[in-house]
Amino acid sequence: MEKYVPNIFFALILIAGIGYFVMNVRKLIRNIKLGKDIDRTDRKPERWKNMAKIALGQYKMVRRPVSGILHIVVYVGFILINIEMLEIVIDGLFGTHRVFQPILGDTIYGFLIGNFEVLAALVFVAVIIFWLRRNIQRVKRFWSKEMTSWPKNDGNIILYFEMVLMSLFLIMNATDVNFQEAGAGNVVSQFIAPWFSSFSHEELHTIEKTAWWLHIVGILIFLNYLYYSKHLHILLAFPNTFFAKLDPKGQLDNLEAVTNEVKMMMDPDADPYAMPEEGAEDEVPAKFGASDVTDLNWVQLMNAYTCTECGRCTSSCPANLTGKELSPRKIMMDTRDRLEEVGKNIDANGGEFKDDGKQLLNDYISPEELWACTSCNACVQECPIGIDPLSIIMEMRRYLVMEESAAPQELNMMMTNIENNGAPWQYSQMDRLNWKDE
Amino acid sequence: MNVSTMADMMAQGKQPEVLFWVGAAGSYDDRAKKITKAFVKILDMAGVDFAVLGTEESSTGDAAKRAGNEFLFQMQAMTNIEVLNAYEVKTIVTCDPHSFNTIKNEYPGLGGKYKVYHHTQYISKLIQDGRLSIDDTNLKGKRVTYHDPCYLGRANDVYETPRQLINRLGVKMTEMKRNKSTALCCGAGGAQMFKEPEKGDMDINVLRTEDALETNPQIIATGCPYCNTMMTDGVKFKLKEDQVVVKDIAELIAEANNL
Ligand code: SF4
Ligand code: SF4
Repeated sequence: MEKYVPNIFFALILIAGIGYFVMNVRKLIRNIKLGKDIDRTDRKPERWKNMAKIALGQYKMVRRPVSGILHIVVYVGFILINIEMLEIVIDGLFGTHRVFQPILGDTIYGFLIGNFEVLAALVFVAVIIFWLRRNIQRVKRFWSKEMTSWPKNDGNIILYFEMVLMSLFLIMNATDVNFQEAGAGNVVSQFIAPWFSSFSHEELHTIEKTAWWLHIVGILIFLNYLYYSKHLHILLAFPNTFFAKLDPKGQLDNLEAVTNEVKMMMDPDADPYAMPEEGAEDEVPAKFGASDVTDLNWVQLMNAYTCTECGRCTSSCPANLTGKELSPRKIMMDTRDRLEEVGKNIDANGGEFKDDGKQLLNDYISPEELWACTSCNACVQECPIGIDPLSIIMEMRRYLVMEESAAPQELNMMMTNIENNGAPWQYSQMDRLNWKDE
Repeated sequence: MNVSTMADMMAQGKQPEVLFWVGAAGSYDDRAKKITKAFVKILDMAGVDFAVLGTEESSTGDAAKRAGNEFLFQMQAMTNIEVLNAYEVKTIVTCDPHSFNTIKNEYPGLGGKYKVYHHTQYISKLIQDGRLSIDDTNLKGKRVTYHDPCYLGRANDVYETPRQLINRLGVKMTEMKRNKSTALCCGAGGAQMFKEPEKGDMDINVLRTEDALETNPQIIATGCPYCNTMMTDGVKFKLKEDQVVVKDIAELIAEANNL
């Protein structure tokens, strides 16, 4: 019986690790579903193509070549090395050791592990460079105002995780005496093995086992860290690019609720004093635009969870570059923070949101930020995973104007002019053609 | 200038090949009116049978929509669509990328479906159809840089057409460090044109003008009346108005062809 203790222990932490992760994924989905409905299921072939190109192919990452290429190394490395997880899980559950080695034979097994080792070393180097860029070179976009202590730590914690995981993988291989003796696949670890040459076989075995355990436990912790981190993008980048907007970037949606009202107003046959039909008021939306996360649609909320806080958007935002308060990255981070707050509120109140006197507008995002946007789409263009910060800004402006009449004074004048004389300035519509005779 | 309105055309029982949507800036703003006239001259030279709405044209509602006033936008849009549809307009050309974007992308959902061209696209088509050619001697060798209007570039992915036209002028074109999809906004879009900027350390148009001036140009070319205003102000702010002019591509073509 005692023989099975490690297997049982392994099964338990595996179940706990995956179980907690599943619980958080459910919470994540519930929170995203707090958003309004929007249909993004049309033009499927185009959507699959976008996902393949942008999420899988990382096609937009290389717009910035240095970080782009390093990121591809880490990404490919991370995915491929995790294939090794399959063996680890089987070994852990059944008490085997390198179960695939005899099945695949030394050549194939060695080839696979050899590649994993090379990748692990590359990932390690790339992650070190990332760390240097963040902390020594201090690339500006990682030091903006919204990069307060947690976002900054989060970025580094992930890097440490990857360094440790990669090291453990290599140490585990380096201290596996049989594996080193077989000499198939120890491409990198053979250079690490001599560091341990003073240890006895027994000790080496202990080190190997410890590295093995720490590696699997580390991966499970990492998996569960995702939900609290910007690293969620490694999962959400896929649905996020699939459901991203396909229309031209300049195209803003036309609010349907407004269309119905405008049509009624413009219809000469409509009776302005007519009583609304029974039940008709249910169809009128509670409000136009967005003042809180639940007024946004679910794609916008998913965007917020997907944001990697890379700051590519902010570093190309004309408003931010000229010292304005607006930062599209902050818009996404605020949306996520507020959504998390709403989610926790729901959890604490037995599944029902209890008014906390707060909202996304003002408590997180100020009108000053919103009014600084030129709608230039640079943020949308730069985002490597198809996030649309502009759509949230516009939705909140709609709320400010249509619900609160809180536009800046000059904009109110502009709108009054359009209403009265069909131009943003105070010129008579009757003078529209004067230019031809001037 | 001889410009027919749709109402004139209708009275004569005629349908022009294209409607020229002049836009608010092109109708009222002194600088932008010059662009309007340059484009009319080009249309005349190519023998295009066009008309304008004149006093029946009204704001597309772009600025209102981007300011957040969806009501006003849709009122404007539906009024315009009613007029356009009553005249059975099929094809529209405009010198204003904002009107271009709104009519092309946002009007169809409200019942206004037209073939919409930005004037650089239309001019390019006229050349392809053999109806227009550009004289490449008048501006030969001039140093030119091109500022991408956001609503033409990123918003609608039109990057090459304006550049091809500039290259036909025989000029020496130099790209700014931020160009095409990475171009910096001039600062006018999203209704910013009509308000003071929020507080910050500089104005966007100045930053963008600095990008342009780095290429040491004689001419900053663009394709939007609002960008034109912003860049012109930027050049003035930088005290460079003696050395650098801001011109619309239509104006450059008119100049090259001695129109
Ligand atoms: S669209 Fe607005 S938020 Fe996005 S980059 Fe342009 S100005 Fe900044
Ligand atoms: S929105 Fe996109 S570009 Fe901006 S920080 Fe998030 S992931 Fe980066």
